[in-house]
Amino acid sequence: MGIEGIGARVARKEDKRFITGKGRYTDDMVVAGMKHSVFVRSPHAHAKIKKVDTEAAEKMPGVIGILNGQQLADDGIGNIICGWMIHSKDGSPMNMGAWRPLAQDTVRYVGDAVLIVVADTKAQARDAAEACIVEYEELDIVTQPDKALADGAPQIHPEAKNNLIFDWGLGDEEATDKALASAAHITEMDIVNNRLVPNAMEPRAALGIYDDAEDHYTCYTTSQNPHVARLVMSAFYNVAPENKLRVIAPDVGGGFGSKIYIYPEEIVCLWASKRTGVPVKWTADRTESFLTDAHGRDHITKVKMGFDANNNIVGLKVDTIANLGAYMSLFSSATPTYLYATLLSGQYNIPAIYGNVRAVYTNTAPVDAYRGAGRPEATYLLERTMETAARELGVDPAELRRQNFIREFPHQTPVIMNYDAGDFEVSLDAAMKQIDYAGFAKRKKEAESRGKLRGIGMSCYIEACGIAPSQAVGSLGAGVGLWESAEVRVNAVGTIEVLTGSHSHGQGHETTFAQLVCERFGVPMDSVSIVHGDTDKVQMGMGTYGSRSGAVGMSAIMKALDKVEMKAKKIAAHLLEADEADIEIENGELKVAGTDKSVPWFQMALGAYTAHNLPDGMEPGLKEGAFYDPANFTFPAGCYICEVEVDPDTGTTKIIDFVAADDFGNIINPMIVEGQVHGGVAQGIGQALMEGTYYDPDSGQLLTASYMDYQMPRAEDLPNFQLSTSVTECPHNPLGIKGCGEAGAIGSPPAVINAITNAIDNNDLTMPATPQAVWTALHNKGGSRDDKNQFDRHITKAAK
Amino acid sequence: MYDTKYHRASSLDEAAKIFASADDGAFLSGGQTLLPTMKQRLAAPSDLVDLTHIDGLSGVSVDGDTVKIGGLTTHYEVNQDNALSKACPALARMAGWIGDPQVRHRGTIGGSLANNDPAADYPAAMLALNATIHTNKREIAADDFFTGMFETALEEGEIVTAVSFKSVDKCGYEKFRNPASRYAMAGVFAAKAKDGSVRIGVTGAGDDGVFRWTEAEEALASNWSADALDSCDVDSSGLMSDIHASAAYRANLVKVMTKRAVSSAD
Repeated sequence: MGIEGIGARVARKEDKRFITGKGRYTDDMVVAGMKHSVFVRSPHAHAKIKKVDTEAAEKMPGVIGILNGQQLADDGIGNIICGWMIHSKDGSPMNMGAWRPLAQDTVRYVGDAVLIVVADTKAQARDAAEACIVEYEELDIVTQPDKALADGAPQIHPEAKNNLIFDWGLGDEEATDKALASAAHITEMDIVNNRLVPNAMEPRAALGIYDDAEDHYTCYTTSQNPHVARLVMSAFYNVAPENKLRVIAPDVGGGFGSKIYIYPEEIVCLWASKRTGVPVKWTADRTESFLTDAHGRDHITKVKMGFDANNNIVGLKVDTIANLGAYMSLFSSATPTYLYATLLSGQYNIPAIYGNVRAVYTNTAPVDAYRGAGRPEATYLLERTMETAARELGVDPAELRRQNFIREFPHQTPVIMNYDAGDFEVSLDAAMKQIDYAGFAKRKKEAESRGKLRGIGMSCYIEACGIAPSQAVGSLGAGVGLWESAEVRVNAVGTIEVLTGSHSHGQGHETTFAQLVCERFGVPMDSVSIVHGDTDKVQMGMGTYGSRSGAVGMSAIMKALDKVEMKAKKIAAHLLEADEADIEIENGELKVAGTDKSVPWFQMALGAYTAHNLPDGMEPGLKEGAFYDPANFTFPAGCYICEVEVDPDTGTTKIIDFVAADDFGNIINPMIVEGQVHGGVAQGIGQALMEGTYYDPDSGQLLTASYMDYQMPRAEDLPNFQLSTSVTECPHNPLGIKGCGEAGAIGSPPAVINAITNAIDNNDLTMPATPQAVWTALHNKGGSRDDKNQFDRHITKAAK
Repeated sequence: MYDTKYHRASSLDEAAKIFASADDGAFLSGGQTLLPTMKQRLAAPSDLVDLTHIDGLSGVSVDGDTVKIGGLTTHYEVNQDNALSKACPALARMAGWIGDPQVRHRGTIGGSLANNDPAADYPAAMLALNATIHTNKREIAADDFFTGMFETALEEGEIVTAVSFKSVDKCGYEKFRNPASRYAMAGVFAAKAKDGSVRIGVTGAGDDGVFRWTEAEEALASNWSADALDSCDVDSSGLMSDIHASAAYRANLVKVMTKRAVSSAD
């Protein structure tokens, strides 16, 4: 490793522009003649549109155009689609309702877009939007997924009877039932995984530019995957063919999954640009972000885990209702199925597993992948159940886990996944040592003397990154391949540009990807640039989500670097009159091993482009591309332990200590990896303690639509995390890396909740464990479930 | 924000005059509630009458037993005032817990009182300190000033110019913050006057805004200690209930915060 190579803690190249306010985000883009837009949105959760009258609004100052769903349909713009087909147990395809970019007849959640108003200024567009008259006939609503399935529930889409999108199963139900029937002990849990609002720092935005002369569209947008956006907008929404549509995702201020999807706004801005003849910009305000960004999680689950007389797990049965909201977002069907039930084996040897998932429509914002996407839901139920089982069985939670760990690899689980590497005990031991697990009893006693309830909880997670291979995901219903591309261009002066299909929106790719090049060719970091986010510059790529940019994106770069290296060595061997097998690359030079003969990197590059003296038959230039399709997922895993103190008077939880021991395989930049874990754990703690998304069940209004009511974790809420890593290499990618972007958000919530339930000695606690929820659980031990229901997430109005 | 007309008043009389001639005027002090509300288009005054350039309405004075705070005094100034920190330390501390540094440098005590947000801190202190609210027209006892949620005894066009109160023997303030907004979900100002009487002002919890917890006042008057509250319970029927806190939970918080305010009183 050089000082800028693999394993070095290189400071992030991109941070100077970010922290000095010089980042270039979609909202920063200004083009000649650009106008502003505001969407008129449904104030109702479910209603028929009876009449739209924009006559007065159209005459207001600055108004250029007010466009509706009928016009959009007239121009042939297609429905927004879900890109992953799921079949129900009976073999029938999922029941997908129509999602129009601008609603025509029916609105199905508060925030559903109805009209776009384009005006000279945003204020004028806002004024006119308020003057648009939309008459609605309100319909009955349902916001809760279990109630949506009940007989007589309001019907949200005609295509989905009883609001059921699919009833899907994974695993062997009969074998699982048999295993549970034979169990010496069964632990049963009712688990709720709370709905979350992603809250990227940069709100979503779009700038649609139609060039009449060229019949060409450009879309600046806040996307994690601009090529996928172009593909979907071309192939499914009929906005424009791919060669006439350029999508640019410039600097993007956080995504967490919510910017994977193609939303109505970018489609409508592009279309409206052609309709009105002006470039049309839209930037969400924070309330729009709350209302319309795809939310995360929202599962209700029943769990049964069986143990034999020796405390070995014999079977696991899971029954989940997943709330997908009012429409099916791009990957909404994959998240609660193949990204969820496939992880139900956790770190454990479980001979029989069956997972059943019913996905339902409700009158709420669409739900899709959010940092972790399915794996947090699987981990939360498993790790709460393991902790609960240990308490019921009277054994140490750490030892129950240890006893059931998978120890041999590869390991085929009963739910598709084939774990190829791991050492779960190493992480468990590291975490227990770091937090001084053995000393907990003493600390608990000391806390008692201060009137505080101290608790400890752990979570042993495994997750799956770099979703792959393409052929396999295709057979499971994916509409796209999940490979990645890279092109490495060596310029004539030896500087290097790496064009990647991955997209950086906070992950630090401009640094880590460059480190691969520095390591390979010994060139300085400053001579390497990473190019991404523009479909006109970069070859087709699949973008960034599911912690795939390391394992898949960097592997593609490695393949391209291999090709560049091979050609560079050929050129050098020719120049040095040596055998190419003897050429070594070191410190920016190509050397003949064991001699003092060498040619500098830049000279070799210049030689490639002057082409005055190349080997016979060699093409000029030095630029190579590669596509990489992984052989398997990667499986990061680890152990998190959380220690909390609860104030019994107020129910306030303070996180005293948080230890994360992770195995991410090999690490390119430890500082960036630590940052990813910090952020992920902060989000997980946010889910566990703070972030509650509440729809009023009577009106369908989002009651937590601003930071006045939706609590994000603040620095003061978090302890100094204690991190460590161990390494088992991923056996199937060239770097031996697994991915680290989501682990923190996946592993942390159950550790926090296990710690609190340990502290208060009451397991009846749902996320978010707000002070009120903890206080209620503490003072309502043994109370009937009904008494506590008023504090459950469904009850959005406090008891009168 | 909708269009509005901005006026900078240089005297109270001028402010009152501009206000009277406006269609739908609003006085602007620190603007920490009004401006965000206007930005969200939830308020749309035709005219904004800026009071912050009027001389003589700012600052803290302690004269013997009497404390007077000008209406335009910012939370930061209240927090930092040395004389006040000696005369009524809990009030100075309390001002340092309002909002964030930006809010504390702009927001004013007069603005906060005139707005009477049910979760604002100052109203609890004014009730507990038995303060007098001075306006450009009259003086109003705190007990008569706060008339409901966002409601006060102020008449149309009336401006809070100052507050005054007699320094007390001991006082303390503790608040439990709404986890999201960080406004008080239960804030309790406990004050023991020099004659031994006790007043407890409670904010953030009442269904009808700030209120006095008289049962606690009586218990504490005979025994100024947190233990004296063990047998007292807040009646939850008049308390707010929302997604963050039920009335029962708020009732508990009021009791806990009262105990802590008494314990920390100085």
